[in-house]
Amino acid sequence: MSNASHHDTAHDHDDGAPHATLRGYLTGFVLSVVLTAIPFWLVMGKVFSSSALTATVLLAFAVVQIVVHMICFLHMDAKSEGGWNLLALIFTLVLVVITLAGSIWVMYHLNVNMMPAMSGMPSMP
Amino acid sequence: MSDLALPVVSPNGERTAPFLAKADHHPENGTLLGFWLYLMSDCLVFACLFATYGVLGRSYAGGAGGAQLFELPLVALNTSLLLLSSITYGFAMLEMQRRRVGATLLWLAITGLFGLGFLGVELYEFAHLIAEGNGPERSAFLSSFFALVGTHGLHVTFGIIWLVTLMAQVGRHGLITENRRRLACLSMFWHFLDVVWIGVFTFVYLMGVLP
Repeated sequence: MSNASHHDTAHDHDDGAPHATLRGYLTGFVLSVVLTAIPFWLVMGKVFSSSALTATVLLAFAVVQIVVHMICFLHMDAKSEGGWNLLALIFTLVLVVITLAGSIWVMYHLNVNMMPAMSGMPSMP
Repeated sequence: MSDLALPVVSPNGERTAPFLAKADHHPENGTLLGFWLYLMSDCLVFACLFATYGVLGRSYAGGAGGAQLFELPLVALNTSLLLLSSITYGFAMLEMQRRRVGATLLWLAITGLFGLGFLGVELYEFAHLIAEGNGPERSAFLSSFFALVGTHGLHVTFGIIWLVTLMAQVGRHGLITENRRRLACLSMFWHFLDVVWIGVFTFVYLMGVLP
């Protein structure tokens, strides 16, 4: 038994898992609660009259909360897995931004340019 | 498994493989990195679904829009359930580091219950929408909504199946190296689903009810 536990501790730093702390999880949780509650309050309480302003603030809160989750819950830093985790994440983020912004941008302009001709069409059942 | 990477002692007592670089620490197995790459590819799946929703999210086809359909108190409940399940999974990981099998299993079970609660609320919402004739076939908005939120819900479902499997594994074999690696992978999966949910409640629900 003692042999087994020695085996475990000897490989503690070799299993690649980052070492979590209670402090990190609690910090992440409190920040997440605050960063979730404010957007819900902004929308449910109709704090801003402008939709565009509300949407911008909502997206900003979401980005901050995602960063909080990445650091506190997913233990993302420049050192995990020798930096490859962060590199893969940055590459993915580039693709995500291109996919999202590109699709919405292209289709918005397509809609704006096509709408006048389409408005006379009967709506599909 | 990681024993394979230890320096091999040759018959004459010398350690072979002296060419291994000491400064650059390589993890002995690439499972966590590989799993992270899987999560990144999953992230792209969700990016496509988010883009679809971003394009079609206001095409109501004469039907009801987000402002009439979404019940924000229900979404707030769902969000808190998922957030609570994230922190309880964190507690399970902390107990795992202390090698306490019972406490780990307890926190994993609580995490699973929160996950089931999340799924229950989501299925209630879906059933409610479909019963009122607002199923995925009603409009492009609802198709993209069901595709995005449903895919996330499916991920949570498989996460719970994985969680129960791992609880059985830990209960049977204890917190051996393999099980700790598996729990670390599920931890990433679970927290990743919470990250996706941040996008869902912001982009779909909260921005969906804006006039």
